[in-house]
Amino acid sequence: MAEYNLNSEKLKKLEEYIDGIEEKEGALINILHEAQDMFGYLPKDLQLYIARKCNIPASKVFGVVTFYSYFTMEPRGQHVINICMGTACFVKGAEKILTEFKRILNIKEGNMSEDGMFTINTLRCVGACGLAPVVMVDGKVYGRVKVEDVEEIIKEYKK
Amino acid sequence: MAGIKSLEELKALRDKYKENIIGRDTSDSENKIRISVGMATCGIASGARDTINAIIDEVSKEKLTNVVVVQSGCLGYCYAEPTVEVRVPGKEPVLYGNINAERGREIIKKHIKNGEIQKDWIIERTFKNI
Amino acid sequence: MPNYRMNLLVCGGTGCKASGSSEVVEVFEKEIEKAGLKNEIQVIVTGCFGFCEKGPIVKVTPDNVFYVEVNPEKAVRIINEHIIKGRIVEEYLYKEPVTKEALPEQSDMPFYKKQIRIALRNCGFIDPENIYEYIAVDGYQALGKVLSEMTPEEVIEEVKKSGLRGRGGGGFSTGLKWEMTKKSKSNQKYVICNADEGDPGAFMDRSILEGDPHTVLEAMAICGYCIGANKGYIYIRAEYPLAIQRLRIAIKQAYELGLLGSNILGSNFSFDIDLKYGAGAFICGEETALINSIEGGRGEPTVKPPFPAQKGLWKKPTNINNVETFANICPIILKGADWFNSIGTEKSKGTKVFALAGKINNVGLVEVPMGLTLREIIYDLGGGIKGGKKFKAVQTGGPSGGCIPKEHLDTPIDYDNLTKIGSMMGSGGMIVMDEDDCMVNIAKFYLEFTCDESCGRCTPCRVGNMRMLEILKEITEGRGTMEHLEELKELGQIIKDTALCGLGQTSPNPVLSTMNFFWDEYVAHVKDKTCPAGVCTALLKYYILPEKCVGCTACAKVCPTNAISGEVRKTHVIDREKCIKCGACMATCRFNAITRR
Repeated sequence: MAEYNLNSEKLKKLEEYIDGIEEKEGALINILHEAQDMFGYLPKDLQLYIARKCNIPASKVFGVVTFYSYFTMEPRGQHVINICMGTACFVKGAEKILTEFKRILNIKEGNMSEDGMFTINTLRCVGACGLAPVVMVDGKVYGRVKVEDVEEIIKEYKK
Repeated sequence: MAGIKSLEELKALRDKYKENIIGRDTSDSENKIRISVGMATCGIASGARDTINAIIDEVSKEKLTNVVVVQSGCLGYCYAEPTVEVRVPGKEPVLYGNINAERGREIIKKHIKNGEIQKDWIIERTFKNI
Repeated sequence: MPNYRMNLLVCGGTGCKASGSSEVVEVFEKEIEKAGLKNEIQVIVTGCFGFCEKGPIVKVTPDNVFYVEVNPEKAVRIINEHIIKGRIVEEYLYKEPVTKEALPEQSDMPFYKKQIRIALRNCGFIDPENIYEYIAVDGYQALGKVLSEMTPEEVIEEVKKSGLRGRGGGGFSTGLKWEMTKKSKSNQKYVICNADEGDPGAFMDRSILEGDPHTVLEAMAICGYCIGANKGYIYIRAEYPLAIQRLRIAIKQAYELGLLGSNILGSNFSFDIDLKYGAGAFICGEETALINSIEGGRGEPTVKPPFPAQKGLWKKPTNINNVETFANICPIILKGADWFNSIGTEKSKGTKVFALAGKINNVGLVEVPMGLTLREIIYDLGGGIKGGKKFKAVQTGGPSGGCIPKEHLDTPIDYDNLTKIGSMMGSGGMIVMDEDDCMVNIAKFYLEFTCDESCGRCTPCRVGNMRMLEILKEITEGRGTMEHLEELKELGQIIKDTALCGLGQTSPNPVLSTMNFFWDEYVAHVKDKTCPAGVCTALLKYYILPEKCVGCTACAKVCPTNAISGEVRKTHVIDREKCIKCGACMATCRFNAITRR
């Protein structure tokens, strides 16, 4: 597997996962989820590997990866900050929270901080509208976030 | 876990686990018979836990779905603990004193099932709730 | 099996978990163990109670006492006081917001008073990770009844007679849909459960899957029996990890007990269910797009007909219903169509779950009979508007719906009435807006959402919505003209008429409905260049009120652009050329002397 510029140990685990699936084409999205969980993102080489392994055109894999917002081709920071932009959070000021995160982390373009510690994403509704506005860091949900809280949240992960 | 092979087996399984659920169903609670056991420190010291567990056991054995068993605080009749109050909708509540586990079971069998109030165990209520 | 005398039902839904309910469970278990009550008191982690605003929620039964906002310290006291000594801890009860009176019983709370729970019947009542709890509440009895006593035709007739309509938004008759798929001839058919709950602000499907996953599995199997399918898929959003986990457990347990798999309950009917994950594309809630996504492709919609009932997944006849629709099936089978259709209005039967969110006191999930008015839901169940502000509008139907103003608060809610007033039922999200929300900005928000989520396949949606968004940006930034408003209307109508799928056809609704009901606000933005709600920054102007200003200079010091000038103890003024409208002065002023208009 030297032809791919990828971690061969992880690749082996992915191969085992794919081998366990009978009907591969229909399982493409589940496979991509698994791959992104392992590698953190879906670089071109990884897409190519999956395409060949499943006997699907690489163009189709690329098409799927770019269609869904959950998949990313860019490496992600160590911590992923997801800011909910669903309607309930929006009317409760989620935009201000996003601006504050970007200001403190000094992110002007793209969505990763320069030191590679944080990636900021927005998503649509985690369904915890009772706690709006909501921020999710690496799967942990923070509810009723105020602009003043942003610095504290970042500090928690900077240690 | 063994597979369930028929609707009858499924129904038997349901009835077995239903007991676990009955106590949780609070719907329609105003139309149910409410039995409360005084479970303050003095009540517990006098064995109220045995009483309430016996009552619950008896209720589920008899499959009485119209009965709610709850614990209450101190009613002030420390001399007569454990105390058990039975409230049948539309009737005056009855307060029993010195109810051990065995008497608890009797209350279910006689008072709840057959409507026979056990006069000997009644203690006189000295207050009115406003 | 111990005969528990008391149960502590702790909500384990996403909302309450985020508020710390797992820690509360730990404390309960530890304390109960310590008190030696392990065989008498049971702690059960349940699905969502719907009252997320006040989470974590703990309900004590049979006492029927309802504690809100429980944390580990409170949990210790609840054990020591209530469980051991039988004294209800008054201060942890829910307090009526108006009278501040503590209400111990769930049924006393206005939030629960007008609710009838069918789809949510087991949420907050059983442990979703234990199949025996579901069996104890008549779980899988409907499937058993169908397999042993009814023909597929009879079941479909019953569902048709019940009047159940699709709860995902469209409102198509569920029985008819099943019948159509049954009539299509094929050696292979599929059942799909649409759990791609994408409308922002709607979370009823998540709650059902988290709180009562088996009811969905059971209903899917019943549907499979009716239409002649032996394979089902649940298409679920990747954003719902807890629901995915609960479903996995439920599926595994159902297989172990032979309630899924081959020859279910000794019959010759077999049914398998698999999970398929979404990947963050709103459009995949649309039936044909969803099918493409399950097949592993881009989730783009295709033209209907052919309908999925004729040619669906892998070109085979496929029946798709959403989670809440399936959650209604088992009660209909067990209690009968006549029971179900006695609830609701003439054309909309049964109940609907609504997710209340936004500027409302009781954010959460409610299930009410069809035909309740918006006023009853917002004021009686929802507890009115937060902070005593004025109600402005309620948005229903998500990005496909519209904003409903106060003139229509007394409309009885059903599918047809909502459509009549320019909105729609949608999946049941209800977002309440108050006087501080700008309707033009809200319309812009929804359009940004649609532009983001448009799959790009058809031109009206891909290009048209983008044009509409550009116009709205012009308006909110103060460059709007009256011609713009006409253009918006015309473009909206064209997109409605020509877009390929449901997403595109409904995408102009938020704009059109706000233009219809809040025309004055649009005109104010265009003609007077002001934002009446004070939201659109570009249109705001800050003023110092001379009668209130004492000349303390605090505002001048805090202004980042030195736009405020004035001498000490004299009225200050803002130089509007320099002002960047950051609002720092207003936040600093202790005399309320600064306003914005």
